[in-house]
Amino acid sequence: MTAHVITISSGKGGVGKTTTVANLAVALAADGAKVVCIDGDIGLRNLDVVMGLENRIVYDIVDVIEGRCKLRQAMIRDKHLTELYLIPAAQTRDKNAVSPSDMTRLCNELRPEVDFILIDSPAGIERGFRNAIAPADRVLVVTNPEVSAVRDADRVVGILEAEEKRQTGLIINRLNPVLVKQHDMLSANDVLDLLGIQLVGIVPEDEGVIVSSNRGAPVAQDPKSRAGQAFRNIAKRIRGEDIPLMEFGRQDGLWDRIQKMAGGRKA
Amino acid sequence: MMKWFGRKPSAESAKERLQLVLIHDRTALTPAEMTALKDELLAVISRHVEIDPDAVQIQLEHDGRTQRLLADIPLRSVSRRRAG
Ligand SMILES: Nc1ncnc2c1ncn2[C@@H]1O[C@H](COP(=O)(O)OP(=O)(O)O)[C@@H](O)[C@H]1O
Ligand SMILES: [Mg+2]
Repeated sequence: MTAHVITISSGKGGVGKTTTVANLAVALAADGAKVVCIDGDIGLRNLDVVMGLENRIVYDIVDVIEGRCKLRQAMIRDKHLTELYLIPAAQTRDKNAVSPSDMTRLCNELRPEVDFILIDSPAGIERGFRNAIAPADRVLVVTNPEVSAVRDADRVVGILEAEEKRQTGLIINRLNPVLVKQHDMLSANDVLDLLGIQLVGIVPEDEGVIVSSNRGAPVAQDPKSRAGQAFRNIAKRIRGEDIPLMEFGRQDGLWDRIQKMAGGRKA
Repeated sequence: MMKWFGRKPSAESAKERLQLVLIHDRTALTPAEMTALKDELLAVISRHVEIDPDAVQIQLEHDGRTQRLLADIPLRSVSRRRAG
């Protein structure tokens, strides 16, 4: 096994990075992949509560990096999915406790053991973001169909483009089809025209996302949820399957623009 | 959301505004620098050929992730200039 390392980033905070990591992780693991999630938001630990694992934390990523525990000891196994693990962020330290090369080293140690490593990037384009993208084979940029989120996403895409070394893909989260239909929200096509990168998926605005994070059980596990379905579809695309987009109105021709991910997974 | 007669849908305003903002972000050119660039460009060109400054159009456009500076600069015809 050689893991595919995917970092979820956005620039702006609150657009759904942590939600996306938790849901893609659950969806990939439910499909039989071995997945490790890393919370890269040092000092603002969150992925643990969204995944419902907050009570199981003993060691965190900084303990691993500073040699207080073995990598294995900081990997918390999911309650339901036996092939899903979380490495939590340190809560009482800051982002300078970790360097980009620490992240690369840690991921290199994990690569032979798992199929996917998903890294939850903090907001911003500073050190924490640099740490999170350092080991990435692919960076998925999450945005909302909204002016400030799109602008910040463009900054992140610009930085990634300047480095020219990894694939990028776009996830449009919290799309409200009713607002799009009445031309009061940017459509997925609008966002793609603006950002000019490849689409990996669209996730609708869905109350179920909030309800499920209250419970610590990501919505991808709910077969009836629209957002859950969208996340499961993205997980399949990450694995190289051709999965059509869900219908959200005003998206003529969008299917042609979706990232063809066959072969995306490293052999 | 309220729709006023003759008013542009808000999604359209968002897209148009973002198009401009992103071009300026990507090129690190402020609107003021853009104006200065236009003025200097026109000054240089007018040293060599006669142009009609009011008919000139210079703008930044983007196509995917590439930006380009598009200039449409109509020239005044030479024969007319000689005749005059
Ligand atoms: N598709 C969605 N529908 C409804 N709420 C969402 C959706 N995606 C995210 N949220 C909510 O938005 C908030 C911010 O999400 P989060 O994943 O923490 O963002 P980030 O990690 O980018 O800061 C959370 O309260 C989350 O439940
Ligand atoms: Mg987060």
